[in-house]
Amino acid sequence: MLTRGVRQSIAYGRQLSSEATRRVTLIPGDGIGPEISKAVQEIFEAAKVPISWEPVDVTPVKGRDGIFRIPQRCIDLMHETKVGLKGPLETPIGKGHRSLNLAVRKEFNLYANVRPCRSLVGHKTLYDNVDVVTIRENTEGEYSGIEHEVSPGIMQSIKLITQEASHRVAKYAFEYAKQNGRKLVTVVHKANIMRMSDGLFLNCCREVANDYPEIKFKEAYLDTVCLNMVQDPSQYDVLVMPNLYGDILSDLCAGLIGGLGVTPSGNIGEGAAVFESVHGTAPDIAGQDKANPTALLLSSVLMLRYMELNRYADRIEKACFDAIADGSHKTGDLGGTGTCTSFTRDICARVKDLD
Amino acid sequence: MLSRSLFALTRGASIAVRGVATAAVDPIGEPVHKLKVTTIPGDGVGPELIYLVQEIVKSTGIPLEFEELFLSDIHWNRSESIEKAVESISRNNNVALKGAIQEAFVLQTEGDLLGLNMRLRKRLDLFANVCHIKTIPGIKTRHGKELDFVIIREQTEGEYSALEHELVPGVIECLKISTRPKIERIAKFAFDYATKHGRKKVIAVHKANIMKLGDGLFLKVCQETAKLYPRIEFDQMIIDNTCMQLVSRPEQFDVMVMPNLYGNIIDNLAAGLVGGAGVVPAESVGSDFVIFEPGSRHAFHAALGRQIANPTAMILCAANMLNHLHLDTYGNALRQAVYDVVKEGKVRTQDFGGYAKSTEFADRVVDKFKI
Repeated sequence: MLTRGVRQSIAYGRQLSSEATRRVTLIPGDGIGPEISKAVQEIFEAAKVPISWEPVDVTPVKGRDGIFRIPQRCIDLMHETKVGLKGPLETPIGKGHRSLNLAVRKEFNLYANVRPCRSLVGHKTLYDNVDVVTIRENTEGEYSGIEHEVSPGIMQSIKLITQEASHRVAKYAFEYAKQNGRKLVTVVHKANIMRMSDGLFLNCCREVANDYPEIKFKEAYLDTVCLNMVQDPSQYDVLVMPNLYGDILSDLCAGLIGGLGVTPSGNIGEGAAVFESVHGTAPDIAGQDKANPTALLLSSVLMLRYMELNRYADRIEKACFDAIADGSHKTGDLGGTGTCTSFTRDICARVKDLD
Repeated sequence: MLSRSLFALTRGASIAVRGVATAAVDPIGEPVHKLKVTTIPGDGVGPELIYLVQEIVKSTGIPLEFEELFLSDIHWNRSESIEKAVESISRNNNVALKGAIQEAFVLQTEGDLLGLNMRLRKRLDLFANVCHIKTIPGIKTRHGKELDFVIIREQTEGEYSALEHELVPGVIECLKISTRPKIERIAKFAFDYATKHGRKKVIAVHKANIMKLGDGLFLKVCQETAKLYPRIEFDQMIIDNTCMQLVSRPEQFDVMVMPNLYGNIIDNLAAGLVGGAGVVPAESVGSDFVIFEPGSRHAFHAALGRQIANPTAMILCAANMLNHLHLDTYGNALRQAVYDVVKEGKVRTQDFGGYAKSTEFADRVVDKFKI
């Protein structure tokens, strides 16, 4: 039971490896979302990826009980396609409906968040040797949402750690490392302070590590990782950790390589996965052809790898990296003068050249 | 009680120092009364570093005396009790200089989840940790900017409450406790600190979008407190964004105030920005006691016995302690000596690409010490 889900999600990719056209749910999102989604679609077309898109609108609709919800069509479609690509969505603050993220996460039990952060040649930051992948447990921990006021002015927030979820994410981390040719998995924890909860997480990782003798396994305190990460990020490879630490470290790593605009993200579940760009909707530049599609494009590359369409993934990724390294068409946020359209065209041309 | 904490840094000391006030101004001449402080060497390289400080004090004639107290979770059977530590610190001007105490993975007292560090902090009620991140000229950093900001961390509750239990096998609950009085205290401390040190802006770091009650209360109390300090700008930032900002634009920060765990993260991250665990001093402040200890609190076991640890942080802690004891002349001179050695760059420890031993660094500090 424990590992069934993991096996499912991993085996799932394999059954897709045939060249038959696969359907993918596309949620373009708000703000700059439609532009960058269009860019990704164009690039996929140029690369002749055997994928057909199923665009879906996720504007909340009012249900019979008067509560706003994600349209059922979206959930149904995800059930059919099992894979989704999602642009940025306006976060509904105080609108009283569950956000799409939460709805989809619950429905498909998306338990792991994966964020590969790699320094981009052509986008200079203070750190040029970053190549880490953060894998974050996404269903429990500090974000379990169980809180109460014990007595006035005394709040108690509960961090929930279960063996099942810890084992599952640890297993995924090692499988990811194996599939992507990574050498080292580091578990990030704080078991010197939270002895029982983080201790359990740590023990689960140790157990799983025994099954993967070919991958090196290291344990590190969260504070030590933060300290070392800003001094020498090259000493880390794959990092696996509970929810809150993952949230913090994944954003820290994104900061190292130049922000959320160039960082891909994937949410892996039992039998389904959603890949997304985690940057904002940037309403100020929406519709002006200034948006940078890199994050969504690299997320789609992550998606292709998940579907074991590695051949296409490698080509698109290379074209994207080359386009940024060359820099003649890169967008304004990367310090270039290009537009979304010209950048996309540049990548398309490079993809075709790689044929 | 709150106003007491504001003066905690000066109160205990001023009484004890009165006798030597003139001596501090004119160190040469009359024999000086020595002030006594407690040292807690801790584990790892702590004892080595504290020994170096003692050697420097001896060689330069700084009027300090030390009373050593061994506290350790690892060598628990050799360790003094917390009560002894409290007695010693109370006897010695309410001040201690401390190395890192390594948390043992398995505690000897059964059923107790609280490490020695936490018990000491709770017993002395050292509610605030103040970590001053400042670039030292001569240390090369990636960003090349001059940083000068202060991290204030609540350190008696939150995630470090050590309240954990197993509901059913394989399911563990860990409680994070946030209480209004303690948040009020740390918020007031942060704004008072900003006022006293002429700083402009306080940023509260939180995760109230997810932990709506716990961190929500933290944010709310900080906002309330900010209203009482109209001259100081107030802003808030979510912890993950804070980390991202720190690695991309660290120069935007001034004073930051945050709950326990986030403080641990930010302290270390920020230390990494200005040269690492070996160069950042910090202090744990309560209403009665102050303990000076390096900011990132790493025991650095890998360096044990190899004399490769950078003593900068510990010596700067000692300098800050001298200032706290109103021995400003000595404190400033010691700090300047350390800065001079770093700037000169001839004696560098391993973390800055040199081959000098810790002892050689300390000797150089003595050479540069001018009063």
